[in-house]
Amino acid sequence: MEHIVIIGNGISGISTARWVRKLSDYQITVISSETDHFFSRTALMYIYMGHMRYEDTKPYEDWFWKKNRIDLMREHVSEIDYAGKSLKCTSGKLIKYDKLVLALGSKSNMFGWPGQDLKGVGGLYSYQDLEQMEAYSKDLKRAVIVGGGLIGIEMAEMFHARNIPVTMLVREASYWNNILPPEESKMVSDHIVKNHIDLRLGVNLQEIKNDGSGTANAVVIKETGEEIPCGYVGLTAGVSPNVGWLKETGLELGRGIKVNKYLQTNQKDVYAVGDCVEQTEVVPGRRPIEAIWYTGRMMGETAAYNICNKKIAYDPGLWFNSAKFIDIEYQVYGEVPAKLPEHLKTIFWKHTDNEKSIRINYHKDDLTVKGFNLFGIRYRHEVCEKWILENTHIEKVLQNLGMANFDPEFYKEYDAEIIKIYNQAEGKNIKLKTKRGLAKVLSFLNS
Amino acid sequence: MKSIQYIGIGLFIAALLIFTAMLGIGHQQLTESSINIDNNYHKEAIVKAAQSSGLLGKELSSIAFIPKLKKTIQAAAADLDDQAQAGIPQGVQEWDFKLGSWKVSEYVDTLVSSTAGGPVQNNPWLFFLLTFGLAIIGGLLFILPKFTEHEGIKNNGIYHNSLTRGLKINAKLMFLIPTFLGVLVWGFLYQGNLFWPIVTLAIAGIISYLVFYRHNSKDNNPQRHSSPLDTGWLGVIAGIYLVTFYVLLYWAPAYINNWITMVNPISESLSGNAASRWFLYGLMYSIIVVVMGIRMMSKYQHNKYQKIRTMSVMFFQTAIAFLIPEILVRLNQPYFDFKNIWPLDYDFFFKYNIDNLMSSGGLGIFMFVWGIMLIIIGVPVITYFFGKRWYCSWVCGCGGLAETMGDPFRQLSDKSMRAWKYERYIIHGVLASAIIMTALVLFHYFTGKSTVLGLNSDNVKSWYGFFIGAGFSGVVGTGFYPLMGNRVWCRFGCPLAGYLGLVQKFKSRFRITTNGGQCISCGNCSTYCEMGIDVRSYAQKGQDIVRSSCVGCGVCSAVCPRGVLRLENGSGDIAERTDALRTIHITEDQVTMLN
Repeated sequence: MEHIVIIGNGISGISTARWVRKLSDYQITVISSETDHFFSRTALMYIYMGHMRYEDTKPYEDWFWKKNRIDLMREHVSEIDYAGKSLKCTSGKLIKYDKLVLALGSKSNMFGWPGQDLKGVGGLYSYQDLEQMEAYSKDLKRAVIVGGGLIGIEMAEMFHARNIPVTMLVREASYWNNILPPEESKMVSDHIVKNHIDLRLGVNLQEIKNDGSGTANAVVIKETGEEIPCGYVGLTAGVSPNVGWLKETGLELGRGIKVNKYLQTNQKDVYAVGDCVEQTEVVPGRRPIEAIWYTGRMMGETAAYNICNKKIAYDPGLWFNSAKFIDIEYQVYGEVPAKLPEHLKTIFWKHTDNEKSIRINYHKDDLTVKGFNLFGIRYRHEVCEKWILENTHIEKVLQNLGMANFDPEFYKEYDAEIIKIYNQAEGKNIKLKTKRGLAKVLSFLNS
Repeated sequence: MKSIQYIGIGLFIAALLIFTAMLGIGHQQLTESSINIDNNYHKEAIVKAAQSSGLLGKELSSIAFIPKLKKTIQAAAADLDDQAQAGIPQGVQEWDFKLGSWKVSEYVDTLVSSTAGGPVQNNPWLFFLLTFGLAIIGGLLFILPKFTEHEGIKNNGIYHNSLTRGLKINAKLMFLIPTFLGVLVWGFLYQGNLFWPIVTLAIAGIISYLVFYRHNSKDNNPQRHSSPLDTGWLGVIAGIYLVTFYVLLYWAPAYINNWITMVNPISESLSGNAASRWFLYGLMYSIIVVVMGIRMMSKYQHNKYQKIRTMSVMFFQTAIAFLIPEILVRLNQPYFDFKNIWPLDYDFFFKYNIDNLMSSGGLGIFMFVWGIMLIIIGVPVITYFFGKRWYCSWVCGCGGLAETMGDPFRQLSDKSMRAWKYERYIIHGVLASAIIMTALVLFHYFTGKSTVLGLNSDNVKSWYGFFIGAGFSGVVGTGFYPLMGNRVWCRFGCPLAGYLGLVQKFKSRFRITTNGGQCISCGNCSTYCEMGIDVRSYAQKGQDIVRSSCVGCGVCSAVCPRGVLRLENGSGDIAERTDALRTIHITEDQVTMLN
């Protein structure tokens, strides 16, 4: 029986394991040095904030693995022998494999800042990062977060939830404006400030100061020279593939592990999935490295098919993502770049409370809908996706916009206001035909 | 703002301390004139027994007085039995002459009330204001400032708080098992025979056997608590306090006479009668639902579904369950809660209730027909359209308390597969017992035969009332809020929830839809599901959720950070959508098979 060994028990590695189990009877071993069991990395913040306990972040009960004959091993792999098909662990243990899956995840970016290796400096990616944050949180007077982005705002929210003052240093002129269009970026920036987080825009980190005992006690801002005393420095300037230890081992690396569209590496019977992957045959419109939960899950599924000799190319489908910026939920479907490209037109509506907005992008020539950006409002994934994939005319979308609404019952619907904006811009007189409700949605999805 | 909240907590704690201390104040003095018993044989026998025991005229604290009073009345009963041996006076019925054992506890309650004296009896309003009044003001001072906070999910620190972080599983069993056994032992003392306690123990054993061995759940140990914070001892103290409260309320009401006395003026102004323990309980219950309902609305300011739903349970509790029945009594009509439905309202078909309604003219008959209509038409039809939530989290009193006072404890429900297996056996077991009991009672009513297949309808009835009606729904149902979550009764015990759940599972348009592939498996939904449903296991697969236990509180949808869950009613595709795995993106026909 073939032995499939997976390094990494995050969503990518575990999705691979579960799908290999569904598709085959192979022996499966998942190795991790992080935790004994799979947990939801995206929920780390909720443990810190006291919303959940660690065990609540585990999507499967502990007996699940034995029942599904997925062996879990708490080891740290230090070397891979591709020719001999074996792994060496730091404990000295040797593990033979027939097929190997690398699901190594990411590590937090560091840009060679002075003091970045001090104690009291850390990112937020692994369970150990969380433990470190927890250890420094007692009597913490102020934390400084370096870098905007999703993890940066999560970390800010975490400290904020514990009433620890936070300063956030963001290089850009507005929060996450390399991903979010200017209006949305402004709205989130306002929301951060409203939550009493000391947001500094357009600044860079000069250095992290040492208190003399090897622990960080302040940061210095490059532009102003200002020194901000703090007991913890969060480095959240993005993540990059965790592949440093694989350099010059014969595995082809770029920024991540290079894989073809079947998620195979240059080494025989070695696959790679998730955050650590760099696609060499990128699907048009997508990035070679996409370190998000959903692509990890899809790559795991795809790799499992290929491992089980059912050949299929990785196709992540229409782009979607979601996040939550403190109290503002965010969903995106399709094409919504930060800077509106030449071929797109946009309709943007914002609520007066400055915490809800809807943006719909459509093609300027054929008027087909291309993307949805939602803040503080929920839209249906399946409906938005079907509209975009079927090149639906923007006016048809607007008339039926209620179908997309996924907000809870009794919530106000704003679709008519969006239509008004479109009508004003285009000199049209479109009317809303479909309001929120499941019945219409189901008949649309089945059509 | 913070200081106002601290003052609020201070006032609440002061009120709670006064409330507790009230049980020990005042005195009792049994005098001939204080014995307000109409039956002269009984009265004389009690006076005689009190004289010989030395209780007559003696001033005692209530805690010392009550056991002595009980002994005295028992002695009076024994004396009357002896006298009856010698011969009952001409023209007197035996049951009028003798003092039956069921009369003993009734007389204890009556006499404790009529012999009491002290500050509470002199100033009931003062004590009402010092307890209820202070607690309400304190609670509101704590709650109202929350309305000025940012709108959004407010679960910060729940697992850092000693009151709300729950128990380790071993600590949980340390409470559950002794409580269960304690209730059984009490049941033996209460009923005077071992038959029902043993039957109950045997059923519990069978259920455990089925869960552990038939369903192979033996090796499927639930998650162990990994938190370094471990058991929250404030929660444990709160749990013990609540359990004690229910034990006193159900089985030792004489000891809470001062509490009852304090609400006398309110009861008299509503129904014209002196307060009973059930009036005290109803008033407390309604006030708690309202005050904690305001808290619920402050917590979910941004969520209109939660706000409307909370207003609904506040209305149904205060108006329909509490005020209207009291007013009906004032109008010489039967006490009737229009929203209580059999089998939760397990005595609806008891003889005394049927006779009472039938003899109360047109309104009584309307009430009886209304009750039956709710069972046979209301439940299935409304549940078909909206799911069981229309009742469990919008109307029901137990649900109302769970959704208001119980909200801080919703995360403590057990989400393990094993708990789910227990749940299905226990809740349907209770439903079956309620049906069997009611069938026996009705058979007795129509045929006059009290025993069928060796089961005596009166015994079944009294055991059900004791074990399910008081022990399960009260002591465990509410007492265990801080120990096992706020829906222990609704999830494991309520026969009406069982009935509604069957309709919801097999014939309803209600489901929770999941939003395509957006789930990140974070687990907020499962953590905050008060019914212990592992919502995430469906959400991460992209399946719509139809579960008989779901009460549709909507909190999973509220706490989801990615907008994945929505409560919906719709007739189409329910079977397919609960099956489909919409987070899968590969279909077999896309695949090329390699040889």
